[in-house]
Amino acid sequence: MAKSFTNLMNDRAAAERAKGGVPNGAADPAAAGAQTHRVKVETRSLNFFYGSSQALFDISMQIPEKSVTALIGPSGCGKSTFLRTLNRMNDIVEGARHTGEILLEGINIDGPEIDVVALRKRVGMVFQKSTPFPKSIFENVAFGPRLTGVKDRRALDEIVTTCLKRAALWEEVKNRMTDSAMALSGGQQQRLCIARALATNPDVLLMDEPASALDPASTSRIEDLIFELKENYTIIIVTHNMQQAARVSDMTAFFYQGHLVEMGHTQQLFTKPREKHTEDYITGRFG
Amino acid sequence: MTRKSGIRPAEILFEAVCRAAAWSSLAILCLLVGTVMWKATGFLDWQFFTSFDSQRPERAGIWAGLIGTSWLILLTFMTAIPIGVGAAVYLEEYARDTWIVRFIRVNLSNLAGVPSIVYGILGLTVFVRMFDVFARDGMVTRLAGKHIEAIIIAGIEIPLPLGKSLLAGAFTMSILILPVIIVATQEALRSIPPSLRHASLALGATRWQTIRHQVLPAAVPGIMTGIILSVSRAIGETAPLIVVGAVGFARFAPGGIGSFKDLTTHPSGLLQAPFDKYTVMPVQIFNWVGQAQQDFQSVAAAGILVLLCLLLFMNGIAIVIRNRYQKKLRW
Amino acid sequence: MNSPTIPEQPAPAPVLRRQFSLARLRETAIEWALFGCSSVSILVTLAILFVLLIETVVPFGGQLPFFGRVSLWEFFTEPRWTPTFSEKHFGVLPLVSGTILVAIIGAFVGLPLGILSAIYLSEYARPKTRAIVKPILEILSGMPTVVYGYFALIFVTPYLVQPLFHTLLGFEVDATNALSAGIVMGIMIMPMVCSLSEDAIRAVPRTLREAGYALGSTKYDVSLKVVVPAALSGIVAAFLLAVARAIGETMLVAIAAGNTPQLTMNPLKSVQTMTTFIVNTTKGDTPSGSIEYQSLYAVALCLFVMTFGMNVVSHAVMRRFREVYH
Repeated sequence: MAKSFTNLMNDRAAAERAKGGVPNGAADPAAAGAQTHRVKVETRSLNFFYGSSQALFDISMQIPEKSVTALIGPSGCGKSTFLRTLNRMNDIVEGARHTGEILLEGINIDGPEIDVVALRKRVGMVFQKSTPFPKSIFENVAFGPRLTGVKDRRALDEIVTTCLKRAALWEEVKNRMTDSAMALSGGQQQRLCIARALATNPDVLLMDEPASALDPASTSRIEDLIFELKENYTIIIVTHNMQQAARVSDMTAFFYQGHLVEMGHTQQLFTKPREKHTEDYITGRFG
Repeated sequence: MTRKSGIRPAEILFEAVCRAAAWSSLAILCLLVGTVMWKATGFLDWQFFTSFDSQRPERAGIWAGLIGTSWLILLTFMTAIPIGVGAAVYLEEYARDTWIVRFIRVNLSNLAGVPSIVYGILGLTVFVRMFDVFARDGMVTRLAGKHIEAIIIAGIEIPLPLGKSLLAGAFTMSILILPVIIVATQEALRSIPPSLRHASLALGATRWQTIRHQVLPAAVPGIMTGIILSVSRAIGETAPLIVVGAVGFARFAPGGIGSFKDLTTHPSGLLQAPFDKYTVMPVQIFNWVGQAQQDFQSVAAAGILVLLCLLLFMNGIAIVIRNRYQKKLRW
Repeated sequence: MNSPTIPEQPAPAPVLRRQFSLARLRETAIEWALFGCSSVSILVTLAILFVLLIETVVPFGGQLPFFGRVSLWEFFTEPRWTPTFSEKHFGVLPLVSGTILVAIIGAFVGLPLGILSAIYLSEYARPKTRAIVKPILEILSGMPTVVYGYFALIFVTPYLVQPLFHTLLGFEVDATNALSAGIVMGIMIMPMVCSLSEDAIRAVPRTLREAGYALGSTKYDVSLKVVVPAALSGIVAAFLLAVARAIGETMLVAIAAGNTPQLTMNPLKSVQTMTTFIVNTTKGDTPSGSIEYQSLYAVALCLFVMTFGMNVVSHAVMRRFREVYH
């Protein structure tokens, strides 16, 4: 590696800024939030099936880069399914199939020429229940870079340190990098999983209810973390917790029973939702 | 509505009978081990441990059997573990529920029910006699024009057919314990939660990378327990080994390596050993039991005690491994 | 919902595009290698069938197979088995009867012991009891069968069977006999019967038991009249598997049951089983191609068919049993 990992990440950020934001000429107020951001991830008429039952109906949405997009809705409405289509994790489920397009920066990620392994290195994922590997803290974070062939110990050290810092975990573990990751607390494990996901240098971070299994203190640390991370990453977060969505996200999409009911600026969606259904959900009339 | 006057005598009797049945196992075990220990008194000593067999019961020893059993286990595992673990990994991690996979699963459970002596017949035909293609009127002799009795690879003479050699015995035993290793490994793999695999895949690992770096290492304790259990099974197996030619009365060790001194004087014997004749502990015991002299029954008892101690030791290790790792990995 | 009027995005780096690489080839090669490993088991089954059939039924290498020299009729009806005598008879009945005699005695001993233990362990026993008895059963099931044979020869015959049947009742008891072997065979299969029956009993849903208790039944009533009937097919399957195991057992009978093939139902006599014949004949050096050598395969084929049939039936019964509770 000629350049250090941190340099690479900064380079990419700088290149993005240099390209500048392409103004979004959409007249649609729902897409107005993407004004200074390009579209990073987009789906067009996405229908998703588990065998014969349909889980997602005609989802078309655009997710702007370097922002936090929250997916809210009652349980079982397809939010997690949708999230998993974005890094093709549904491929491992037997009987899963879909129609429609899923685009990452304009490229259809379903094409036969797409290397799903490379895709997943660019679109990282953090799961609801933290799943550290039963290895040391260092090895957990180093796993991703090792997959891409990084062997040099100093390079790995640098990546691991950077990611742990970005995940706000460095201070707590810097003296026990060789300890087992299973010895960490729930909140620490989740931050470790975030650091681990960051280690492959992704553009997009998918988070499936990352704080739902954590106590309030850890939850607010994760939320702070998300706020910091959005400077460099496109974050899509599924959450049950509407207050969390309101606190953390720039855009919010409301799902209901596999349909995308409404999507827009978080501020606008929570104060003046366009759909009655959205309003009912937000005010707690159901779900 | 209340029941009249307490419990019926039939019930007390039934429970007593059931309890007796369950505890009879303890009585039987004590009786069994007691008989063996009683018969072995005076014959189990260091000399028994380290001597070769003999025509005289007081001089007979189990040393040849110990060495042979060790060699057999070593060679068996060199073949059985890669194939067994590989098969289990395929069935658990790769296989989709197609007809061929279901057929393989059914086939495995059928193989587990085949009597061990049939495996001996299999080994006899395939490995010891090699379908007689190397015989004086065999197919290879006819095709090659001359009678091939051995080939030499890297200075080692490999007899053809393999004959009653350690290797033939090891291949036979590998086939025998293969279902055990496969099933044990499958269970070890199944106990790993899918979230581990998902986390690895989500980081951009391929399926094999996930298996090699995450799943297999986490499954190692379970796999090792399964391996040790099949060692125990293999150590006690007698019938198939007799069929493939394990010797009953042996005053030698395979490759001529009967002691540490032999190892230093001609280490090349190590490479020759797999192609030599051999004996194993249970076959020696069987041979002693069949002798006319009564004292040989005591020698047999001593041999049985050595065998049982070895098995106890191995199972103890398996239990220790299982407990230690169960504490370490709480999913 | 959204009208996409976003202009075309600039083409991103071709990182996502699949490239032919050695790594990809390796993945496929590994998958194939692992598939190969799992098909070894099929290869083994085919090999067993092949090996058993080429010496007995299918002509191979210009030799008449066993059943080309000995008629099926003689094989199944002739009451004498004398392949090594000068006057050769190849009736398998003595061997089969020896095998079945020992197996039946073993079943009479092992099945009740096993099922009653299973009932005790699952319905009555305290966890502490289970913690002691279960390991003992595991030890018994892992015992090498030469040890069982030794026990039958050295203890059961002289100290149980002979005192009872000869000294007390005046019968003739051979030094190696089917009864001793059968008794110890029962001991040998008991752990297997117990553990399989226990599985079957545990699979009975608790609601069934609770319904029984709710009607005012005692443990005895519930165990015998509700649980065991509900677990019956599992218990039957266990029984079949255990008897199949007894039929296939070699060392125990080779040591304790004897080496004389005779068609008899008298358990006090010395008998030879199919397995004993095979192991004792291969101890020596039988020239291949000879009728004695081929008779080995004929007996092995007979043995294989018997045990395989019982295993298949047992699994079919178990499958039927599992369906009932879904």
